[in-house]
Amino acid sequence: MIDFGYTLTPSSTIEIDDADLSLFDQLCALEPDALKCMSCGSCAASCTAGVFTDVNLRKVLLSLQRGCEKDLLFQLKSCMLCGKCYIVCPRGINTRHLILSICKIYNI
Amino acid sequence: MKRNVLIIGGGPAGIEAARRIRDYGHTPILIEKEARLGGHLAKWHKLFPDGESTEEVLTALTSDMEGIKWFTDTAIVSINRLKHLYVAIFSNGITVQADAILFATGFSLFPAEKKEEYGYGIYNNVVTNADLEHFFNTGNDPRIKDPKVIGFVHCVGSRDEKAGNRQCSKVCCATAVKQACEMKERYPDASIYCFYMDLRMFGRKYEDLYLNAQRKYGIFFVRGRVSEVSEDIEGRLVVKAEDTLAGKPLRITMDLLVLMAGMSPCIENPEIASMTGIHMGEDGFFMPRDLMLRPVESHSKGIFLAGAVTGPKTIPETLNEARAAAMAIDNYFKQKAE
Ligand SMILES: Cc1cc2nc3c(=O)[nH]c(=O)nc-3n(C[C@H](O)[C@H](O)[C@H](O)COP(=O)(O)OP(=O)(O)OC[C@H]3O[C@@H](n4cnc5c(N)ncnc54)[C@H](O)[C@@H]3O)c2cc1C
Ligand code: SF4
Ligand code: SF4
Ligand code: SF4
Repeated sequence: MIDFGYTLTPSSTIEIDDADLSLFDQLCALEPDALKCMSCGSCAASCTAGVFTDVNLRKVLLSLQRGCEKDLLFQLKSCMLCGKCYIVCPRGINTRHLILSICKIYNI
Repeated sequence: MKRNVLIIGGGPAGIEAARRIRDYGHTPILIEKEARLGGHLAKWHKLFPDGESTEEVLTALTSDMEGIKWFTDTAIVSINRLKHLYVAIFSNGITVQADAILFATGFSLFPAEKKEEYGYGIYNNVVTNADLEHFFNTGNDPRIKDPKVIGFVHCVGSRDEKAGNRQCSKVCCATAVKQACEMKERYPDASIYCFYMDLRMFGRKYEDLYLNAQRKYGIFFVRGRVSEVSEDIEGRLVVKAEDTLAGKPLRITMDLLVLMAGMSPCIENPEIASMTGIHMGEDGFFMPRDLMLRPVESHSKGIFLAGAVTGPKTIPETLNEARAAAMAIDNYFKQKAE
């Protein structure tokens, strides 16, 4: 086979058809508020760890819902559980508790 | 038979309802607790979506008040039900008997100082949407000094469980975009940013207002809720949000920040509800008998509702409800006569 110098890159499409949401369902059973996020970004904007690391709770929550959390979950390792996002969240989500539950269910 | 209708609240809803009730042949008695008629409308300058002059709308509304008894600087002291009548005592000492009552007591503007993280009343260069309308009317506000970078913060005290208001105030997206354009006209060199979560440009021609803001005025839109504001050493404002579309935290230094304070339920609602038996919703606004089919009737017989007292509304919506309430009151009298 002639080598044209091209390689296959993984698709960047969010494949909803193939998404496995079984862990997300478990999470929602434990933390119904996981569904309440309106992606306002307050948590990410005020995050103490966000200044130094990539941690972005809004993005993590969205990725869980879309079943494409694999590349984002590691972010939560940088969370210091300071609770600042809990103070600002306009939907009143207990984000600190939610983060702990995510870590438990997704084994982080 | 001529009937007395007591109308409480002299904003757009109360004024329009009073005129229509008179046209049906009844006797409207209108009371307003402030010194002048007009409600919140009297505080604004130009209206979205077309920039209609508030002064002209108010003049048109109040041009024909013949046959209406109205009192300003007058509040309600008590309301009691006597068989088919209501007896109301006013703060000016007058007592009236009313065959029906219309509550047109409107809304209260969310007190922006409650959102401490935005610094209203703490930092020098933070104003509200209402302050800005006042500035447009008077040209006078010491906090506005030739700003070069201006920010508009949407949803201040709305869509915010922490502020006790879960509801969307409906009018403030359009107000922000309108005010952003007006500021650009006054300060053509200024860079202007709107921080929004969802842009609710729901009405006819509102989308054109948005398009004009982008194309004609060069207003920038950032999708993210402002999380906090602080003041730097020079007294400029450092604003933080997440630019959720870029997926990155954003920081910008500004000369003026305008907070879109929302429409909260009138602070007197709980007291009025206990005096009259009107139902209050979970959000603090009055509940009509049926939101879909009977939006201007309360749960109490002979008591009607119109305007922002049942939730955030625009002026045209408010005026239409006032007309609907006048008709419902006339129908109520006709049924009683049968
Ligand atoms: C910043 C801002 C800008 C806006 N701009 C626009 C716009 O451009 N276009 C548009 O369509 N809409 C606009 N609106 C919405 C508009 O202001 C409302 O639709 C309108 O004011 C509602 O009228 P209302 O009569 O129901 O209530 P109000 O205007 O609140 O009037 C109620 C009146 O009742 C009186 N009252 C209350 N309680 C009592 C009592 N117990 N006894 C006696 N009197 C009492 C109050 O003093 C007040 O005068 C804007 C709203 C805001 C917050
Ligand atoms: S609790 Fe974690 S995610 Fe929330 S603000 Fe603190 S460090 Fe950031
Ligand atoms: S602050 Fe709350 S609602 Fe906003 S993005 Fe974060 S979790 Fe979602
Ligand atoms: S109208 Fe816009 S600014 Fe006002 S509460 Fe609703 S979304 Fe927020």
